[in-house]
Amino acid sequence: MNKDIDAMPSKNPLSLQLDLKSFEKATDEEKFMQQRMRESTTFFKDGMRRLAKNKIAMICLIIISVIVLIAAFVPMIYPYNYSDQLGITPGQSVDSSYNNLKPFEYGETELERIAAGEKVFPHIFGTDSAGRDYAIRVIYGTRVSLLVGFFASLIVLVIGAVYGSVSGFYGGKVDLVMMRIVDIIYSLPDLLMIILLSSILNVTLAPKIEGTGLAKLGTGMISIFIVFALLYWVSMARLVRGQILSIKQQDYVLAARSIGAKSSHIIKRHMLPNCISVLIISTALQIPSAIFTESYLSFLGLGVDMPMPSLGSLASDALDGIYSYGYRLIIPAVTICLIVLSLNLLGDGLRDAFDPKLKK
Amino acid sequence: MDSKLALYIVKRLLLALFTVFLVITITFFAMKAIPGGPFLSEKATTPAVTAALEAKYGLDKPVMEQYVTYLKGVLEFDFGPSIKNRGREVSDLLVEGFATSGKLGLMAAGIAIIMGLIFGALAAVFHNKVIDKVIMVLSTASVAMPSFVIATILLLLLCITIPLFPSNGSTAGGLVLPVISLSLYPMAYITRLTRSSMLDVLGQDYIRTARAKGVSPVKVIFKHSLKNAVTPVITYVGPMIAYILTGSLVVEKIFAVPGLGNYFFSSIINRDYPMIMGTTIFLATIMVIMTLLSDICYKIFDPRVDFS
Repeated sequence: MNKDIDAMPSKNPLSLQLDLKSFEKATDEEKFMQQRMRESTTFFKDGMRRLAKNKIAMICLIIISVIVLIAAFVPMIYPYNYSDQLGITPGQSVDSSYNNLKPFEYGETELERIAAGEKVFPHIFGTDSAGRDYAIRVIYGTRVSLLVGFFASLIVLVIGAVYGSVSGFYGGKVDLVMMRIVDIIYSLPDLLMIILLSSILNVTLAPKIEGTGLAKLGTGMISIFIVFALLYWVSMARLVRGQILSIKQQDYVLAARSIGAKSSHIIKRHMLPNCISVLIISTALQIPSAIFTESYLSFLGLGVDMPMPSLGSLASDALDGIYSYGYRLIIPAVTICLIVLSLNLLGDGLRDAFDPKLKK
Repeated sequence: MDSKLALYIVKRLLLALFTVFLVITITFFAMKAIPGGPFLSEKATTPAVTAALEAKYGLDKPVMEQYVTYLKGVLEFDFGPSIKNRGREVSDLLVEGFATSGKLGLMAAGIAIIMGLIFGALAAVFHNKVIDKVIMVLSTASVAMPSFVIATILLLLLCITIPLFPSNGSTAGGLVLPVISLSLYPMAYITRLTRSSMLDVLGQDYIRTARAKGVSPVKVIFKHSLKNAVTPVITYVGPMIAYILTGSLVVEKIFAVPGLGNYFFSSIINRDYPMIMGTTIFLATIMVIMTLLSDICYKIFDPRVDFS
């Protein structure tokens, strides 16, 4: 040990440098304390680890995944189509025995085929009043509702994030004007405006999109998207602006600036990671609220166009036959609740896992 | 402080007025955007009759002039005649419908606030006990249910499977289920709000001080905690009224309550545009006023809130 110190060059008495000999060598114990016990985790990994520990959130994640998988793939392999009226065969009179079948009942021609030894796929939830297989309608309706929820939230995310970050980043007069606009839109009663706009867009859009690819989507769905793009982004914009503003003033941003970090580095390493969790969480919570709104509009008859089903329109249609076919109402209603509940709880779980303020 | 509060109130009033003005403008120009004009009849009318009708309602004038006339009309609570209910003024229908809907909404709001506060306080006081867990599970489930789902399930269970209540909402007994289905969501929301703010308050030092000096537990809960925990609930009153009003649109349809919602719903189905416009403006004004009141109350109740 002493040998090492002796090996060091002796200090020139006139030099202003520190005398290397006055340093003590680190002991093994001190060296051990410097060792890294485990790999340092990234922000994302750390959040996922905490999310995985949250049992409720994980159950919800599984439920959502199962629903999404069913909605995405079952219509491809299912023997019936959501719009096929099973009682109608071209060139023949309408076979009304297919209308309003109870679960696991068959129509007349199907019974003949079964008698002949053929296998016929059962109508698990029966058929509706127009003779369409109800199970595939529910599955397809789930797909429509999920897609509307997802894309509506995406629109809200993009518009809100861009608007909010521009407002927060520039500050000053730009911020003031932009936020007054947000205040005004925010104070409009959203659902009423949505009902008004969709009932008008439904009429005015139809001739404009005829023949184009958009016509396939239906005016109802397009007007839902337009309305979301017009009105629902404001809370997201507020959230993002607040986040950007508070991060701008954080000490670690100041610290990063003072050691000479570039703006691009600060944005990439400090602002984005702190914003992204808020964005993910509020988008995750936006999806159920979009599904809520879509089902509400469809229930009022302003949502998707017939024969396309959505969970709300299915529930609305079922109301007419509620006395004899109550299950037709229960099935889409329970599906909506399941989706909204698990997305809500998953969103809460994400917030708990990714919010830096809740870190223990 | 007082001048600041006054300034805040004036600012909010101006914003509210502007919002109502904006709603009227949007609805007016939305009405203009509909092809065929608002006086489309199912029967084919001769051009002469249409021209006479247009002249009668001032539709032959320039759009800006019509806009000013409409604005003046709204100020005098005149929304023009309804198309489908012949010979009826929209404003008469609104007043008639609001008598029922207002009653329904007030009952739902009252039940939601009272029961929500009670359940929330119970859950907070018995934190992590069985009562708390049951309340939390039920309220989480109710927040996930749209009002029409709650209403239809109640209809199915309590009117059809077990006929406890009449399914027709025009009688007094028939209002029970609509009120329940409207109040469930805000009740659950208020329960959660109250619980979390109560838990926050119960952990404060002044509660410990009150307990230490021997104040009775009931008094601690009601006088010290609940009073301080109630402020977040006040801010929710505005959105709650909005929820109840829009929720009642579908709930009234489901239970056949002869209220504003039912008129609104049938006017959407029948494309009765003046009625849609009138209802939108009327409901929007109520919502804006309620939000304004709840925001101002919040500022008055919680002196710590700054007014910038």
